[in-house]
Amino acid sequence: MSIRAFALPDVGEGLTEAEIVTWRIVVGDQIDVNQPIVDIETAKAVVELPSPFTGRVVALLADAGAVVPVGATILEVEVSDREPVLVGYGVGHETGRRRHLRGAAPAAAAAPAGPATKPLAKPPVRALARELGIDLATVPPTGPRGDITRDDVRRAAPVAQAAPERPVRGERRPVRGVQRTMAQAMMRSVSQAPHVTEWVDVDVSQTMALVRRLRAEPEFADARVTPLTIAAAAVLHAIHRTPIINSSWIDLPDGTAEIEVYPCVNLGLAVASPRGLVVPNVRDAGSLSLSGLARATTDLTERARNGQLTPADSVEGTITITNIGVFGVDGGTPILNPGEAAILAIGRVIDRPWVVEGGLAVRPVIQLSLSFDHRIVDGAAGSTFLADVAAYLHFPPL
Amino acid sequence: MTEDVVQLLSPDGERHDHPDYPLDCDHERLRALYRDIALTRRLDVESTALQRTGELGLWCPVLGQEGAQVGAGHAMRATDFGFTSYREVGIFQVRDVDPVDLLHLYRGVTHASWDPHQVGLGIFTIVIGSHALHAVGYAMGIQRDGADEAVLACFGDGATSTGDVHEAMVFAAAFAAPVVFFVQNNQWAISVPVARQSRAPLATRAAGYGIPAVQIDGNDVLASLAVTRAALDRAREGGGPTFIEAVTYRRGPHTTSDDPTRYRDQAEVEHWVALDPLDRLVRHMEIVGAWDAGFAASIDAEADALGERLRDAIRGMSDPDPMTMFDHVYAEPHAQVEADRQALADHLASDVAGAVETR
Repeated sequence: MSIRAFALPDVGEGLTEAEIVTWRIVVGDQIDVNQPIVDIETAKAVVELPSPFTGRVVALLADAGAVVPVGATILEVEVSDREPVLVGYGVGHETGRRRHLRGAAPAAAAAPAGPATKPLAKPPVRALARELGIDLATVPPTGPRGDITRDDVRRAAPVAQAAPERPVRGERRPVRGVQRTMAQAMMRSVSQAPHVTEWVDVDVSQTMALVRRLRAEPEFADARVTPLTIAAAAVLHAIHRTPIINSSWIDLPDGTAEIEVYPCVNLGLAVASPRGLVVPNVRDAGSLSLSGLARATTDLTERARNGQLTPADSVEGTITITNIGVFGVDGGTPILNPGEAAILAIGRVIDRPWVVEGGLAVRPVIQLSLSFDHRIVDGAAGSTFLADVAAYLHFPPL
Repeated sequence: MTEDVVQLLSPDGERHDHPDYPLDCDHERLRALYRDIALTRRLDVESTALQRTGELGLWCPVLGQEGAQVGAGHAMRATDFGFTSYREVGIFQVRDVDPVDLLHLYRGVTHASWDPHQVGLGIFTIVIGSHALHAVGYAMGIQRDGADEAVLACFGDGATSTGDVHEAMVFAAAFAAPVVFFVQNNQWAISVPVARQSRAPLATRAAGYGIPAVQIDGNDVLASLAVTRAALDRAREGGGPTFIEAVTYRRGPHTTSDDPTRYRDQAEVEHWVALDPLDRLVRHMEIVGAWDAGFAASIDAEADALGERLRDAIRGMSDPDPMTMFDHVYAEPHAQVEADRQALADHLASDVAGAVETR
């Protein structure tokens, strides 16, 4: 009789290590050649290793859960001497690692053999969880097949996982709450939707006159009418001609995609609240009268600024307006609220030199900046929509 | 399976006749088919185990496709020539190529260990679809020689998406080359399903080249044998190429580096397990009285012996002499290859190489 050692092989073309998932044998077992002995997980797959020997298990040299370098001995088997010697395999650092692994008795040795029931997650996600020290069993899965995604693991990670090497030069504060939500939403939007931004300047003399007139009407007594109110009406009007602007890109689990065009408009308003950017929306804004729209936008922005929004206020938006004019700027390249196809930024109202009928005049002017998801909306549709909004603000049909 | 798919053997082992593909299959032939499928399956299991224990760098499992391959192999005459990808081990089994020779490549010690002219099979082609061109070129050579031979070109559904296969089919049709395109549609090109690659059944593509096509139940060894034989006969008689789509399934991973649970459901695999090519052949042999326990035991013993021989041979396999790498680059002596051979010999004889080797 003699002892044969089994070194962890590279089962996937260039792997350097693998995690021991489950031992299917215990010390003392009589095993046959090709009998499954252990499940291991590499960066590529979970695979079952068969025994190269027939004999009696003498030692399991790595615990379940241990990450073992390729070439390290993981199993010793006592074989009869006619069993051929396993040649060829074994790279580097065997001796040192083996002593290290031998330290603790294999925990799995006492466990019954059989496939492990584990939370579903792809190997790179498992690696991330290991790196962050997170037990996958505690992570709620949101993947399409009930699997745990990379984002799920990151969400489960304790906040402020700052890289320790970087010296602290200022005051650090953890990213959480609204800011964390904003950061994740913006990253998702920027990485998934190809953004295109277009601009147009518009003479809003007529809109300003309309705002003054409406403010005097009793119907608008309890609403705050602003150029933003008219811009909201303009957006609702322009959607009639370009419905595709009010839609979502839907990635399906099978790799194909669909575009969902919405029959009604849940009009989002990007609001700077004390805790950060929030985007509540006016439900079915197209069904409201102008005064109703004015009251709804007033109500929403006030509740946002007072921190009184409920989560329901910010879900299922279909298109967004961001009023950057309140900060005294003209235009920009807004980032889409994730899942939406367009966002319109409204600049400040400012008097500018404007050519009217061949002569120079001073007119109140607003710049409009429209970003849209170019997977859904092409240049023609985006431009038509933006021009329609501008035309409405130039000559509001009211 | 739809009406148009040729099936001679149903999953429950019942034999059906097909007007276009008559097949007279005696007990001896049935036993030979069983033996080839069973030994191919054992080779597959042993090779996977050898890879999992670090003895092979890679293996491409064939489980589920043995019926299509063995049937096609039996359809070939000894003088016919085959060009295959890396998964057609069933055809090599039929042609009696030593399985140890197939594994040199996967251990990384040589490119091929058989003489293509002797066994009538080209080397395993790893580049997807490129051997379709080699096959058509060989077939055009047969035409020019006036030989009574035909060529079998074996590739998968994924290869049909390559430019090489397109060009091969264009030339085969244009020259009415004596070649049969034998496509094993195993449903998955690594993780890409066939429906993603082709909006229409693969067989319908052939019409665009003016090549007749047949869809067969790829898990029916008899359909594979009968249809491939008819297509090879037609090719030898000057009828031109045929496109055969064998509808089958790769039940294992694409290679030992692949984890199919990441892209397909186990229920799909179970569906195809019920259509297993070996099980239905056994049922058929029981029905017609070609099956007995003694025969089954003799094949089992042969398979066990094969497993042991493979393990011993692979574990004991030595690295080849580096000088042999120049031997088959060209058929005839070539000045550059000779210079390279001499340079390596000089290097190996030098102190530098010695220092490296004794380090």
